[in-house]
Amino acid sequence: MLGDVLAWLADHPQAFEAAAARHVALSATALAAALVLALPLALVLVRWDRAAGPAIAAVNVLRTIPSLALLAAALPLVGTGFLPSVIALTLYGLPAILINTHTALREVDPDVVEAGRGQGMTDRQVMARIRIPLGLPVIFAGIRTAAVQIVSAATLAAFIGGGGLGELITAGMGTLNIAELVLGGLAVAVLAVATELIFAALEWGVRRSTGAAA
Amino acid sequence: MTWAIENYDRLAVALGEHVVLVVTSLVLSLVIAFPLGIWTARRPALYVAAMAMTGVLYTIPALALFALLIPFMGLGKVPAITALVLYSLLILVRNIAIGIREVPAELIEAADGMGYGKGGRLLRIELPMALPVIVAGIRITVVTQIAVATVAAYINAGGLGDIIFQGITQDFGEKIAAGAVLTSLLAIAADEALKRVERRLRAATSERL
Repeated sequence: MLGDVLAWLADHPQAFEAAAARHVALSATALAAALVLALPLALVLVRWDRAAGPAIAAVNVLRTIPSLALLAAALPLVGTGFLPSVIALTLYGLPAILINTHTALREVDPDVVEAGRGQGMTDRQVMARIRIPLGLPVIFAGIRTAAVQIVSAATLAAFIGGGGLGELITAGMGTLNIAELVLGGLAVAVLAVATELIFAALEWGVRRSTGAAA
Repeated sequence: MTWAIENYDRLAVALGEHVVLVVTSLVLSLVIAFPLGIWTARRPALYVAAMAMTGVLYTIPALALFALLIPFMGLGKVPAITALVLYSLLILVRNIAIGIREVPAELIEAADGMGYGKGGRLLRIELPMALPVIVAGIRITVVTQIAVATVAAYINAGGLGDIIFQGITQDFGEKIAAGAVLTSLLAIAADEALKRVERRLRAATSERL
């Protein structure tokens, strides 16, 4: 069977490359958008404690929504294609980053924060020089979770015309082409595991450079 | 809303199928995860190996896992339940092992001193003390399985995903929305219910200490 898979790949290199490139583009755009939304929002919520409770509760509900439901819901609301897929994937990746960042910034050792204040640091300096550097490993753990979730859910973008490697799977199912189906499955699995490993390595690097014991 | 109201019976059938799929998989998962968790709880090398293997399974996206199972199992409920079980192992084995490992050492010593055998200690001390952590694992597992079961409709396993996929093929927004909202509500309700069970167990366990 592996021979058939490789034969299909040799016959259709462009289709494979296009699907893989689209998958990475979908995932990278969604991850970037999730970061742009979640990081500043987490900063605001650390300062604005009264809004934090309801906001985190809402995000926890969002986290529970199945990926297919989120992607499918984009269809009647924003239509099909690249952008609707990115919007749904952004929402899907948002909770992990927001919750981890908020927790990381809030739960920095109060003694260290106190020591900083004692040296005359302003709130802004405490954030920039203490909370963010010490929270980085936990923030990165959230980014890793989000990255893997987004790459994984991007497979389902094929159902709403967003393309990506999921399209090899749906095309293979449609034409009963087992080689294409299995190639799609393998490619998605490898990409997801690679994402996990790459981001784990990044997280490890951050942990080492911040010297965080935790 | 009219479609959902007029077809509430179809939604109910799909919901029922979805629940049966998840409950069957959960029971099978627990049957596999309990021995694995108990076995690896106090064997660090085995535990790391089990986490690495189940971790890779957990990382593989649902649709990809289905694609890889189809050549061996075809379509339908069998590959769907297989995938749901494979996904559950990381969290369940981890939480069962951690729950057992974190039982305070004094309690283990006391149990040994009272002459419990290994089996008695496991059943009367370790598993009851580990229960809140195990239920926390079951909560994450159920939410994951509800989500994956939605995708399983694509390989003819039925359930609420069927309504979503039919809506997509027929380009029928209301049907998609009905399916998506109902799956989300099911996941949120299961999460909330199990969160309460977990909280109650935690309170009961800490009271006993």
